[in-house]
Amino acid sequence: MELILDVLSWILLMGGAFFGITGAIGTLRFPDFYSRVHAGSVTDTLCALMIIGGLILQAGFTLVTVKLIMVLAFLWYTSPAASHALVRAAHHMGVPPVLLPKPDARSKTREGSSSKP
Amino acid sequence: MSSYLRFLVAGLIGFWLLLSGYWDNPLLLTLGAFSIALTAYLASRIERHYPLKSVTRMLFRLPAYGSWLLIEVIKTTLDVTKCVWMPSRYPISPTLDVVPMTQKTRVGKTIYANSITLTPGTVSVRFEAGGHLLVHALTADSMDDLKAGVMDSRVTAMEKQ
Repeated sequence: MELILDVLSWILLMGGAFFGITGAIGTLRFPDFYSRVHAGSVTDTLCALMIIGGLILQAGFTLVTVKLIMVLAFLWYTSPAASHALVRAAHHMGVPPVLLPKPDARSKTREGSSSKP
Repeated sequence: MSSYLRFLVAGLIGFWLLLSGYWDNPLLLTLGAFSIALTAYLASRIERHYPLKSVTRMLFRLPAYGSWLLIEVIKTTLDVTKCVWMPSRYPISPTLDVVPMTQKTRVGKTIYANSITLTPGTVSVRFEAGGHLLVHALTADSMDDLKAGVMDSRVTAMEKQ
């Protein structure tokens, strides 16, 4: 039983770490401010959920678990407010978003532009 | 003492005891009682303008909506993760567009806008006139999902009296 709990919590912790790294790489890789916020919200949501889930499995039925659940609830309530404030401020100050069409449409326009002399 | 205030104080006492874990230190218990009294006073002032009764039904419907939202968050996170790790197979197509919203109450609108922001891949930018919401999405597909209106109708269903 102990072993199963340990394995499960390690899977959750490792998954959380993976999504944290995903958020970091997305922040570096995406082209503009707005799309970087999307990468950051991966870290805010699923990474936090999995890491706190793994920690809850380690803590068992204690006060620590209650606190961890509250930490998760507060994170999930406040992180949208934070990212909305960021995006809204950027939009208000006129940061231009990089807008790209859907990939199939883009390949068509590329063909069209290459056919032009 | 109204029933609302009694309910609030009982809830705050439970909340304080759970968070602190100190059950027998007289100094800390006094400080806790003081902070609970202050919070209850501030909340009763808010209650005069925005009564809790207007949102109790939504509060009871929140757990069901929250569990649906959790599954949505996991799905959309996997979509964004694919865009991060395999950019050539899942290219991004950032989109900025207005999405209609059918909520009537302030709380409903707030829940909808926050749910959009919470799910990775979509961020609500600002309210537009005429009950619309300006949304930035990472891919055109996630914008289409949002325009299909499943989340919108779920939040609106929570508002029903």
